[in-house]
Amino acid sequence: MSTTATSPQPGKPQPAPLDGGAPAAKHHHTTVTAKPVTWKLPVTLLVLAVVAFIFFGLMGPHQTAKFGISTGSDFFQLPALEVPAFLGGIVLSVIMLALAGYAVFLKTRNRKVPAWVTIAFIALFVAAFLIWVVGGARTTSISLAGLIAGSVTLAVPLVFGSLSGVLCERVGVVNIAIEGQLLGGAFTAAIIATLTHNPFLGLLAAAIAGALVSMILALFSIKYVVNQIIVGVVLNVLVSGVTGFLFSTVMQADKDKFNSPAHLDPITIPVLGDIPLIGPILFKQSLIGYLMYIAVIVVWVGLFKTKWGLRVRAVGEHPQAADTMGIKVNATRFWNVTLGGAIAGIGGSFFTLVAIDSFTKEISGGRGFIALAALIFGRWNPIGAFFAALLFGFADNLQSIVTIIGTPVPSQFMAMLPYLVTVLAVAGLVGRSRPPAASGIPYVKG
Amino acid sequence: MTETNRPRHAAEPDPAKTAGTAAQPTATPNTPDVETTDATDATTATSLDTAGGAMRPSAVPVSGQSGIVPGGPDSLMRKIFTGSGMVSVLAVLLALILGGLLIASTDKAVSASAGYLFARPSDFFSAVWSAATRSYVALFQGSVFNPRGTGAAGQFAPLMETLTIATPLITAGLGVALAFRAGLFNIGAQGQIIMAGILASWVGFALHLPMGLHLLLVLVAGVVGGALWAGLVGFLKARTGAHEVILTIMFNYIALYFLRYLLNTPAFQRPGETNPISPILDPSAVYPQILGTQYRLHLGFILAIAATVFVWWVLNRSTIGFEFRAVGANPKAALTAGINVPRATILVMAIAGALAGMSGVAQVAGTEKVLTDGVAATYGFDAITVALLGRSTPWGTFAAGLLFGAFRAGAVQMQIQTGTPIDIVLVVQSLIVLFIAAPPLVRAVFGLNPRKKKAVKANKSKTAATTGVAA
Repeated sequence: MSTTATSPQPGKPQPAPLDGGAPAAKHHHTTVTAKPVTWKLPVTLLVLAVVAFIFFGLMGPHQTAKFGISTGSDFFQLPALEVPAFLGGIVLSVIMLALAGYAVFLKTRNRKVPAWVTIAFIALFVAAFLIWVVGGARTTSISLAGLIAGSVTLAVPLVFGSLSGVLCERVGVVNIAIEGQLLGGAFTAAIIATLTHNPFLGLLAAAIAGALVSMILALFSIKYVVNQIIVGVVLNVLVSGVTGFLFSTVMQADKDKFNSPAHLDPITIPVLGDIPLIGPILFKQSLIGYLMYIAVIVVWVGLFKTKWGLRVRAVGEHPQAADTMGIKVNATRFWNVTLGGAIAGIGGSFFTLVAIDSFTKEISGGRGFIALAALIFGRWNPIGAFFAALLFGFADNLQSIVTIIGTPVPSQFMAMLPYLVTVLAVAGLVGRSRPPAASGIPYVKG
Repeated sequence: MTETNRPRHAAEPDPAKTAGTAAQPTATPNTPDVETTDATDATTATSLDTAGGAMRPSAVPVSGQSGIVPGGPDSLMRKIFTGSGMVSVLAVLLALILGGLLIASTDKAVSASAGYLFARPSDFFSAVWSAATRSYVALFQGSVFNPRGTGAAGQFAPLMETLTIATPLITAGLGVALAFRAGLFNIGAQGQIIMAGILASWVGFALHLPMGLHLLLVLVAGVVGGALWAGLVGFLKARTGAHEVILTIMFNYIALYFLRYLLNTPAFQRPGETNPISPILDPSAVYPQILGTQYRLHLGFILAIAATVFVWWVLNRSTIGFEFRAVGANPKAALTAGINVPRATILVMAIAGALAGMSGVAQVAGTEKVLTDGVAATYGFDAITVALLGRSTPWGTFAAGLLFGAFRAGAVQMQIQTGTPIDIVLVVQSLIVLFIAAPPLVRAVFGLNPRKKKAVKANKSKTAATTGVAA
């Protein structure tokens, strides 16, 4: 992009991403939640807090949950955290009740519930849930460091996928094809990294493959004005078919020649990488892991602090106005969608270059749709999408740990969690998710 | 935005410009003149009525909602060749050609002859031809008529298999198509099939009722299961404005994990079995095989025909169907005209779910006779492509269901005989839908666009290509 100028626009009010400061005027009377403050959030918090108090507190297990914090390689050791499950559940759920009460109090004064209340509530709820699960298990000890590091690992493709979705939707194109972009990236990375024995070329090829999938999406939805959701759905099937076909005919015939990609090994930053808890997350990642952090920051700064980002969001919110101001709407859309595809492609390469040592059919396993969920739960904001993806990665990781340590919670319900949370989010029960106004609407100059 | 309402027949993109290379759109969207020409097929132009951007356009191209046949005031021949029916045929042809090229590209004989391509090109092209045709012949023999079968019964066995596999595709496709017509994008057929399968199979193996009544209850349970699951989406959409695409995708996964959970509980797991599989349904709870026991074809196919007639009747002859179409064409106008849009949304989703539920019943009471976590296979997702190929009309969906049923049935034989993986069916299927959704592209590939203002347009696209710079 030629105009990634870093000069912010001081005079112009920017459409607030989180609290929907200035949605188009017509939205005020078309959406249900037009009133400035609704009862939804306080009531939802209150219900969740009561549920937590009853299940995690009063009916909580009476064992002691043990969370290992340090691993052997850390340069200083912290003792394991031991929490009496019953007491911990009571204390945490009482704090949650207090937060919910605060939200209700604010509502009675007709004031908005600040974001930190919601975020703190979610964190407390997750912590209480964790204590409850581990305290009630057969083995009442897990490694917190391993749990969190594993969550980040599982979240990497989700973060890239949801960043792709953010870029596309912010510019007004719905990207259902994240799954296909991830899968295409994974496949291309595997085959190129194998043929060239160079994982970096594999990474580059994955980005190109993702961009190509995106270009088809852009071509059909912008040039031929085909419904964007139709193209996205069909592209997922197409990529799944092509990669599955080539996997069966080419890769399986000669695995050594075509499907044993060179790997990107974790790069440990000296000293910093040995800090307990934080070290493995921030400083002991593969190249793609570091790229993830860079991508989140770059996309956020780009979208909200640069001229380019202002244009992108203008195109996504009100293409006619953007056009009037001289922004080339459809070209902006085309290149943003392509860029989004490249990012998702890199995320896909994580499967074959880092996580697993070869490509298999459907290796992305529906994570493109979880990425879509993360982007919605993160309210179309790169940072929000990042934390939502982490949360879903955490749920994914907890699901396998729950199966191992043997708790009464069926692992299938853990797996269901991201989808349930997303349904609650889009139904407006947890805050209000508003997509960019022109997302999904093709722009045809009159 | 009012200008977009005008159909512009004269504004078809010309073949020279829409050859389909990826580089072109980088340039074309920059020039206003070119933009307007691209987008305004007579059908797509009307689909872009967004009331000045105040509302989302219908999820379905209007070409799929009405009987408008695009075609200018040209000759009769051109009308036939540019009509939507012809585009569908050409789209299928183009997809088959591309699929054939993909098959050939991985064929050993082809790559061997490619080594001396310039010495004897005929070898290369005959190898490409035989690789592609061998697979497609096997596909045909596996889906319609097998000349090596014993007697007429054996020779037509593949056709019966096609009809069997088409059954769930047709009913689920009808569900998706009906929702399309009301402007709703129902990606949730997969989850609706699963929920229907859960309820129907439970009635089938847990209750022991007399013949006839039992099967009826199984059917009702499945239909209600699908209707409730989809109706919940309609309710959430109507009440909270949440987008149905996101909701249905999420509901698919919730249904799948719910099914996996149930299959590990004593209520659903077969006694003495460690695998997640349910008991076999009672003989009184399964569809009878309508053409004798040598074929798997079951009563569900007759019900699929009945469902097609029902959907046709609802859409074209009933008041509620008129309301559905009105909501799909323009929700604001429908609201102004006194139509209860939330009610129509919930109702159309419920009926769509009921139709998908019939697919679930066809699976557990027709072909599988047990409940596993693969009960829906990929029928729910295939149903979307079926509905799109059928242009959201009941009989079009029926025909598309038969075609994709044939692909599915034939692909198994194709894989056995020629080693061509089943995945090629996914490729061909998705290409068909992509091409059908973009008639200008197909017409451009076959050189069928109206020859108007060609010289002028060619010049314009050239200037666009030279001046096009990304914003």
